[in-house]
Amino acid sequence: MLNPVIISLTFRATMGRKRALLFAIPAIILIAISALLTAVASSGSWPPEFLGQFGFSVVLPLTALIIGTSVLGAEIDDGSVVHLLATPVSRAQVVVSKFVVAAVLTIVFAAVPEYLAALIAKGPASDLALGLAAGALAASVVYNAIFVLLSVLTSRAIAVGLLYLLVWEGLLANLVPGVGLLSAGQYGLSVANSIAHNSQLHAHVGIGTALVMGALVTVVSLVLCTRRLAAFSIKGDAA
Amino acid sequence: MAAEASGRNGMSVNGSPGGRPPGAGGGSAIELRQVSRWYGNVVAVNDITMTIGPGVTGLLGPNGAGKSTILHLIAGFLEPSRGELTVAGQPSWRNPALFARLGFVPERDAVYSFLTGAEFVTATARLHKLADPERAAGRAIEMVEMTEASDRRIATYSKGMRQRVKVAAALVHDPEVLLLDEPFNGMDPRQRLHMMDLLHAQAGQGRVILFSSHILEEVERLSGTIQVIVGGRLAASGDFRAIRRLMTSRPHVFLVRSSDDRLLGSALIGRPAVSGVELTARGLQVRTSDYGAFTREIAALTRQQGIRLRELLPADESLESVFAYLLAS
Repeated sequence: MLNPVIISLTFRATMGRKRALLFAIPAIILIAISALLTAVASSGSWPPEFLGQFGFSVVLPLTALIIGTSVLGAEIDDGSVVHLLATPVSRAQVVVSKFVVAAVLTIVFAAVPEYLAALIAKGPASDLALGLAAGALAASVVYNAIFVLLSVLTSRAIAVGLLYLLVWEGLLANLVPGVGLLSAGQYGLSVANSIAHNSQLHAHVGIGTALVMGALVTVVSLVLCTRRLAAFSIKGDAA
Repeated sequence: MAAEASGRNGMSVNGSPGGRPPGAGGGSAIELRQVSRWYGNVVAVNDITMTIGPGVTGLLGPNGAGKSTILHLIAGFLEPSRGELTVAGQPSWRNPALFARLGFVPERDAVYSFLTGAEFVTATARLHKLADPERAAGRAIEMVEMTEASDRRIATYSKGMRQRVKVAAALVHDPEVLLLDEPFNGMDPRQRLHMMDLLHAQAGQGRVILFSSHILEEVERLSGTIQVIVGGRLAASGDFRAIRRLMTSRPHVFLVRSSDDRLLGSALIGRPAVSGVELTARGLQVRTSDYGAFTREIAALTRQQGIRLRELLPADESLESVFAYLLAS
């Protein structure tokens, strides 16, 4: 399912773009605020609230959005994807390889910083850091499957993705009971909670449900993405 | 088969459509049977039937005629709205396995410009799972004469070099069929000749080479078959030399502006290459039957008479008029 050539090309292309500088910004903000709060805050209750909410509904999804929509979307936009598709490589291999690069980069730029921020706040002895890291890892996987799919469905993947994050993940998943069942952020929090056991993480979905639904959303997204890419069409006569 | 290729919608310009070796190369031919493609209400390709066998074939027509659409259909990057299309006996839509036998050079310039030419072609060879990707890439790069620049990043390449490295990538797996969308775009005449020689050499090895072009002069040195596409339809097909003869011997109209149009007009009237002169508000309208002789003569004439030539514009050079002429003859 993985193609080393596509992985290496995608990695170089993604990290070579100027956009790559953006990847680190949310992570830097997260770590900086954590350091600040550790220094000034008197109560020790902020880490699960802040790292759970800000981390899982802002830092991680935004990083995944920028990376996930660019691994394949940027090539579709500029047309260079044709060189990749004019080979007998299976479209599933293209999609899965691109997705893996996006997930790994999101883990590096969002899940690892989440872990570091928790370490700063709570020290290495707490379960919170481990829980948040595991949760962020899970959410990175699901979010990227969704964003890679979005990037083959629409050329405005970033705008559509932002709207989805704000309305669905940010608003509905927290307000409407049941929506959490279909929320990548909630899957991540649920995984975090299963290790950290902290009610301030506001995990509304059980761990079993989160794992099953997370895997299902990921697989369905990748299958749809592959189907869509198999029917990739070059737009109209260049005039 | 060959008669069917140029029959029905089109006329055969040279009257002998059987010039191509029929069925040569067996299953490697491209076959379109009543293929149409539309976008909503807009018909881009209208009921085209043709067979393209080994050798060089040019897909000619004005911009927006549907040439790219036809190439995209053949390469499997568009689904035919109607009709049947096969390459080497297989449908190309949703069939990536076909790319083992097919090479496609897209018109758009976008490549992974952060790679060197050699890296790009080698990566393509790896995607094709060739046994020795470095060697295959080296061979393909040599074919397009890019060996010297192959260690430079593609970002530093000129348009012509990019075009050549794209061709190398499309040839790296030794395909039976090579499709090129506007390969001469942005090339200087020397690069164009070189590319043409390359295509001929590839065709000499029994490959099916199909390229598109909207500039007739670009394909001057082409020997082979052309398919003329106008308004999404196959307008003419046949031997290129026959079509070219028709094109060069057709009357040309030029619009000339000079420091003394009246004097120039009277000097031009007696010339054998000039069949008519008319003084208009926009300048002199000159009709000529011999395009080459006329352009040489007018230069000599103006020098002799001390007239300054301000503008010499072909008045009917639009491809539409050329193709309209082809259709009428």
